[in-house]
Amino acid sequence: MIWVDTIIQGILLGGLYALFAAGLSLVFGIMRLVNLAHGDLIVMGAYLILLLVTLLGLPPFLAAVVAMPLMFCIGWCLQKFLLNRTLGDDILPPLLVTFGLSVALQNALLEGFSADSQRLPTDVLTTASIQAGPISLGVMPLLTFASAVLVIVGLNQLFYRTELGRAFRATSDDATTASLMGIKTANIFATATGIALVIVTVAALYLGLRANFDPNIGPARLIYAFEAVIIGGLGSLWGTLAGGIIIGVAQTLGAAINPEWQILSGHIAFLLVLLVRPRGLFPRAHD
Amino acid sequence: MALLQTEGLTAHYGDFQALFGVDIELAEHETVAIIGANGAGKTTLMRSISGVLGNAPSAVRFDGVEIGTLPAEDIVSQGVAMVPEGRKLFPSLSVEENLLIGTYGRKTRGHWNLETIYELFPILSERRHNPGMALSGGQQQMVAIGRALMSNPRVLLCDEISLGLAPVVIKDIYDAVPKIKQAGASLIVVEQDIAQALAVADRVYCMMEGRITLTGTPDSLSRDAIYDAYFGASQ
Repeated sequence: MIWVDTIIQGILLGGLYALFAAGLSLVFGIMRLVNLAHGDLIVMGAYLILLLVTLLGLPPFLAAVVAMPLMFCIGWCLQKFLLNRTLGDDILPPLLVTFGLSVALQNALLEGFSADSQRLPTDVLTTASIQAGPISLGVMPLLTFASAVLVIVGLNQLFYRTELGRAFRATSDDATTASLMGIKTANIFATATGIALVIVTVAALYLGLRANFDPNIGPARLIYAFEAVIIGGLGSLWGTLAGGIIIGVAQTLGAAINPEWQILSGHIAFLLVLLVRPRGLFPRAHD
Repeated sequence: MALLQTEGLTAHYGDFQALFGVDIELAEHETVAIIGANGAGKTTLMRSISGVLGNAPSAVRFDGVEIGTLPAEDIVSQGVAMVPEGRKLFPSLSVEENLLIGTYGRKTRGHWNLETIYELFPILSERRHNPGMALSGGQQQMVAIGRALMSNPRVLLCDEISLGLAPVVIKDIYDAVPKIKQAGASLIVVEQDIAQALAVADRVYCMMEGRITLTGTPDSLSRDAIYDAYFGASQ
């Protein structure tokens, strides 16, 4: 029974990793841009929520809702005025620029908020749990997982049911031809990064509610996100959720065997999947 | 006055110059064919007019307005749409979604909408929910033409729409041209097939090595003259 419990906890943890990864997956899927600052943007989102909580006295969930439009604007401007200029045939400039952005963000956060670790204030909800037979499920992990599924369902609806989603897919297929059809690809990219940062805000909320954070933890979040995206297959959103779950389960199983193995076993699972399926579990048919 | 006009149009790919001062004109309701061998600069000319390649402001005029520096997406909104070489359908989109992309973000008025496109190419109606790439080459070409028409352009640029298709399919595609003209569009058709070009066009431009080498109505051009303009010195 303890194994079932461990696996369920792992699946729920996978929800958090999927939230870390969904924005990265979206941006990569549409513009082949690997955003190395993604983890630091999550941490920045957590500080923004913290700021709103302390300055305005809002509860964390409400603060996250307020932060979402702000983060959308930050993402939109970041893409439109900085990252769009790095896109082209050469894949190196976006990597260099986002790596630099990552370092700059970490230092700015350090300057603004110090190196002390912070946490979003928790209430009864965050420590509550539901008893399902012999297994005890934390409300917070359940909420995290539900949010991850909602985010991915929402993104799929956006992609396949809306005119904007159609433009996303067309631009992802072939940006030059998309512009010949009247699509302003620079704005499509900016909107995509804006939406990615809204998802980042959701990830930041759960990051800040579940654990301590400080300005330096971004790169580790990036690694988990990255692994989830690669395991799932580049550009596949459901694959990203599956990838998050695989890492989550591997980590909790590893931790159950020996707590020292938690992080490492996640990375080993990632390598094993790549060994068997080099293009990930659900690669796109064309690329 | 010409509806669409290029004047001293040049184009470069890095150090390589592909066009050397190309002047062409398209009148309202006219169909112009551009013929020439591979590498003559036909596709480059289309890419320059449609805004994929940047130009001097006055190098391209549409309806009296200089559009040489406009990006591709603005040129479509002005009313110049392109059927790109190689069809370039969006693989992630169904047939109908490919067509709908032609109207993205705009409300266009005119003859062309999903219904009239399906009237023009009935086979597409049957296959509307298939992925664009699941269609035969000829059907894909129909989707590419329909997608461009969805923006109700005043000028339709068709780049090698017969490329790689069987003669019977080419006939189906070109059968649509009179209907497209009837709905009010003017056409520039790039063709390697000289007979096809002469059959469809009111006027023909022949290109060689980035220059216009011959121009005239199909009746006025002798086979020898076209041959010279196509390949250079007569044999």
